[in-house]
Amino acid sequence: MSTLHTVNKSPFEKSSLDACLTHVSGGANVLLLEDGVYAATKGTAVEQRVKEALDSVKLFVLGPDLLARGLSEERVIDGINVVDYAGFVDLAAENDKVQAWL
Amino acid sequence: MSETIKQFLYLNRKAPYGTIYAWESLEVVLIGAAFDQDVSLAFMDDGVYQLTKGQDTAGVGMKNFSATYAALGDYEVKKIYVEKESLAERGLSLDDLQHLVWEDEDDDWAEKDSIKLVSREEMTAVMDGADVVFSF
Amino acid sequence: MKFAIQINEGPYQHQASDSAYFFTKAALEKGHEVFRVFFYHDGVNNASRLTTPPQDDRNVVARWAELAEQHDLDMVVCVAAAQRRGMVDEGEMQRNGKDATNIDPRFRISGLGQLVEAAIQSDRLVVFGD
Repeated sequence: MSTLHTVNKSPFEKSSLDACLTHVSGGANVLLLEDGVYAATKGTAVEQRVKEALDSVKLFVLGPDLLARGLSEERVIDGINVVDYAGFVDLAAENDKVQAWL
Repeated sequence: MSETIKQFLYLNRKAPYGTIYAWESLEVVLIGAAFDQDVSLAFMDDGVYQLTKGQDTAGVGMKNFSATYAALGDYEVKKIYVEKESLAERGLSLDDLQHLVWEDEDDDWAEKDSIKLVSREEMTAVMDGADVVFSF
Repeated sequence: MKFAIQINEGPYQHQASDSAYFFTKAALEKGHEVFRVFFYHDGVNNASRLTTPPQDDRNVVARWAELAEQHDLDMVVCVAAAQRRGMVDEGEMQRNGKDATNIDPRFRISGLGQLVEAAIQSDRLVVFGD
């Protein structure tokens, strides 16, 4: 069963992203939103961890949350797809369930 | 009420008392038990602190709801998954947790353990098998 | 597809209600059905009709109320969580002997069973929280 995992915490404040990434099976989709979007940017201390995750899961980041935080799409790690709220809805519909890592 | 039976997973990743999430999450489990779904509870990360023995809230003036976990068996909640790695990271073992049981009516009401210690990998499988995940 | 939405945080303090609003709006615009929006924990505060944000800020409560009006959304506030936090409708006012109500009429107060039922009846439960 495919799952859309959502992570809304900065990886520098909370362990949600790590908890998520250590519990996803191959082929899962992970959406970064709210303060979770900081994990999607290049040059951070968690960039390597995020890039490794891209080998087994698909990563998405919510564009409006990036822009709100002054982060342009150019700052996003290659391989992470930027989606809007409509794209979020599509992801939720395409996967069998949504699991929020609150 | 619908005839559909879904695999419900209640995901508990937060410690009790510091915030209300653990208690109000447990309230959903108790109400949800009346809906005859296939219910599992997952305790991982700080969520494992919810199940520790010997909680005494007298000094902080809050309701001690830890006894409610022991009643889960009466609500037909029998599948309580606790992640080993989360316990180990916190210096805890199964002995630090309440002994939670349910009575098996098909086996002369024998008391059976509700808590299943699972590895991170097994916890991933539990999550994968759920139809609905409740997060609080 | 049928969605159920759960919101665990109050307005302004946390982005959860904003995210949930834009998700719900996008889902409706795509022609999906939103079976119910359930407000839990501090999320019950999203129903206060007395909210008065500054003029240059969004009105989270009014925004939900308008979306509900347009799409006939079922917005449910958990009764147990609401009682703890002083969210009161007409029925609760009478039952608990209070002297006022503060819930926007587009929201209704009901039990936790409404969340469980929504999860059973919907194809997806999407949770927004802290």
